[in-house]
Amino acid sequence: MAEIILDNVVKRYPDGALAVDNFNLDIADGEFIILVGPSGCGKSTTLNMVAGLEDITAGKLIIDGQVVNDKAPKDRDIAMVFQSYALYPHMSVGENMGFPLKLAGVDKGTIQKKVGEAAEMLELTQHLDRKPSNLSGGQRQRVAMGRAIVRQPKAFLMDEPLSNLDAKLRVQMRTQVSRIQKSLGTTTLYVTHDQTEAMTLGDRVVVMRGGIVQQVGSPAYLYAHPVNLFVAGFIGSPSMNFLPGQLRGNGMVTTALGEMELPDRCRQAVERSKSSGNVILGIRPEHFEDASLVPGDKQGATFDAPIDIVEAMGSDVFAYFLMKGEEAHSADLDDLAKDTGNDLHADGVPITARLDAASHVQRGKTARLWYDSSKVAVFDAESGNNLAPGDEDVESSSAGAHRA
Amino acid sequence: MTTTPTPAAAEQATQPVDDGSLDIARQRFTDAKKAERKLGLLLVAPAVTVMLAVAAYPILYAFWLSLNRADLRRPNDNQFIWFENYVTVLSSPIWWTAFGVTMFITIVSASLELVFGMILAVIMHRTIVGRGLVRTSALVPYSIVTVVAAFSWRFAWTEDLGYLTPSGSAPLTEFWPSIWIIILAEVWKTIPFMALLLMAGLALVPEDLLKAASMDGANAWKRFWAITVPLIKPAILVALLFRTLDAFRVFDNIYILTNGANQTSSVSMVAYSNLIRGLNLGIGSTMAVLIFITTGIIAFIFIKAFGAAAPGADQGGRK
Repeated sequence: MAEIILDNVVKRYPDGALAVDNFNLDIADGEFIILVGPSGCGKSTTLNMVAGLEDITAGKLIIDGQVVNDKAPKDRDIAMVFQSYALYPHMSVGENMGFPLKLAGVDKGTIQKKVGEAAEMLELTQHLDRKPSNLSGGQRQRVAMGRAIVRQPKAFLMDEPLSNLDAKLRVQMRTQVSRIQKSLGTTTLYVTHDQTEAMTLGDRVVVMRGGIVQQVGSPAYLYAHPVNLFVAGFIGSPSMNFLPGQLRGNGMVTTALGEMELPDRCRQAVERSKSSGNVILGIRPEHFEDASLVPGDKQGATFDAPIDIVEAMGSDVFAYFLMKGEEAHSADLDDLAKDTGNDLHADGVPITARLDAASHVQRGKTARLWYDSSKVAVFDAESGNNLAPGDEDVESSSAGAHRA
Repeated sequence: MTTTPTPAAAEQATQPVDDGSLDIARQRFTDAKKAERKLGLLLVAPAVTVMLAVAAYPILYAFWLSLNRADLRRPNDNQFIWFENYVTVLSSPIWWTAFGVTMFITIVSASLELVFGMILAVIMHRTIVGRGLVRTSALVPYSIVTVVAAFSWRFAWTEDLGYLTPSGSAPLTEFWPSIWIIILAEVWKTIPFMALLLMAGLALVPEDLLKAASMDGANAWKRFWAITVPLIKPAILVALLFRTLDAFRVFDNIYILTNGANQTSSVSMVAYSNLIRGLNLGIGSTMAVLIFITTGIIAFIFIKAFGAAAPGADQGGRK
């Protein structure tokens, strides 16, 4: 167990491509950190640099108080779980898990005992003599975890360990990974592009884009106070709805949903920022509601929505509709769309609303919807920055992402 | 099913319903199989015909000759003599000396080729800068005709003339120096071939496994022995098998370098001497058949020794 410090870490490839730029992060002992971002954002490169599989171009990597930039992977005492699991096909499950111990010169009895313990924890005991090729995907994944656990390393590095599993198993393994990490209390750096994993697993989440850290914070903080459109759009599923808007005087803003009064915290920030007047409004799906189910005294705005599609999930109802107007565009949002492969162009502003199960919205009919104007996020249309990212409260400053 | 099945209903469901449909299904299945097999046979027929003409016929003819007294110097004495030729050959010290020499050359050169071939393969596999140039230049020896290379080696080791010969010595006129020069020529020529086969194996080792091994605490040496070698065992087997069988039939290098002087003949040389120079078709064919049998035994031993890693064996363990 150890704390890991990345101090202005840079990765530049010989061809000049900048993969990671000025990465700063203090990972406390036992902390579970998630690196998340679209493919090619540098998260795996960062992980490989911590592992020692790629060298660090500039900056310092400190593990347990020691600068380890030039140490070979084997001398860093870190275990890694690969997306492909990287199990040795010619060794049995037991041999796979015992391999790091065997290399470390541990005697056979101890190896057997430790492998046995780990196998029990991962419910692999009856598979110890089988070859990886005879195991299911989930079992292989657990063997890969086991190989990391037996060594009791200073830290775990996990490179999208669950993305080769099918959806149901992934949910199961997610909880198991979390349980194992909590019970062992080992510092963990976990790379994923799945924002559900990012939200559920980590103590803190690092959102990356194009080699640059966008924001660091607890999942809940990132969800509620994204610093820019990119983080706002990346975190959350279904993702935040974005509507282009025009600032009017005295805190009013016009969007495809009509006129709305900005909440106080936004109004002051917007006035201070001297924004050009073009903004993008972000509204989370759950901040919409069927107007008939909202008590009249609750602050917010209402509008008429031509409902396209209704998905009743049992616990809630998802309503999809298009509002007239221009779709929101910015570099951040285009990046996100590229990552998800969503290059559809709608004739208007597509909106997803998550309504109460008691709602009676129907496909093809117009429904009166309400949204909570106090929860709206306001972004500058040009820079994509959140104009009122929330108070610089304790949580974000303790994140240590921007150390002086 | 929407209703919960009772135990009786479940039992009934597991019993196959005998309404004749099963027989029809089986019949269709076998019909399809038959048609497929017929098409398969038709498709391989041309190749089989050619193989019969160029391989099976000569082999059978050689075997037939080996059972006859067939000497072109005495064409009238031809006679079917069963295995008498085999007795003659197997009780001849010339054959056994040649056999020993051939075995020695085979084992030593195949081992050296494996070691150096592996080194070359790893170098070629790991080269980042000028990869094409490195690979091409490494293959030069293999692209030179063996006989030409052998002449060059003979010149290099010629007394007083050769640039490799220590002054005052004539290595190609002595037994052991000759053998080592033959081995050198063989090894020099076939390292690239070995390296190519091994490199194909190296390319199949997933990079992630080597990364995982280095995370698990293995240095380069341990990674090679614990991960790479077990994973490329099939490639090693193929390379070794090819080279062993090839080396056992060594002919051209010896023919040029020593021409079999000082008992440096290989079995192929001896067979050639009897068959072509001596015009003794019976004895020559017998030796050819014996060489054929020996290579068969070598191949068999290899496949047994490598077990599941042999080509064509179940590859369940590799993925």
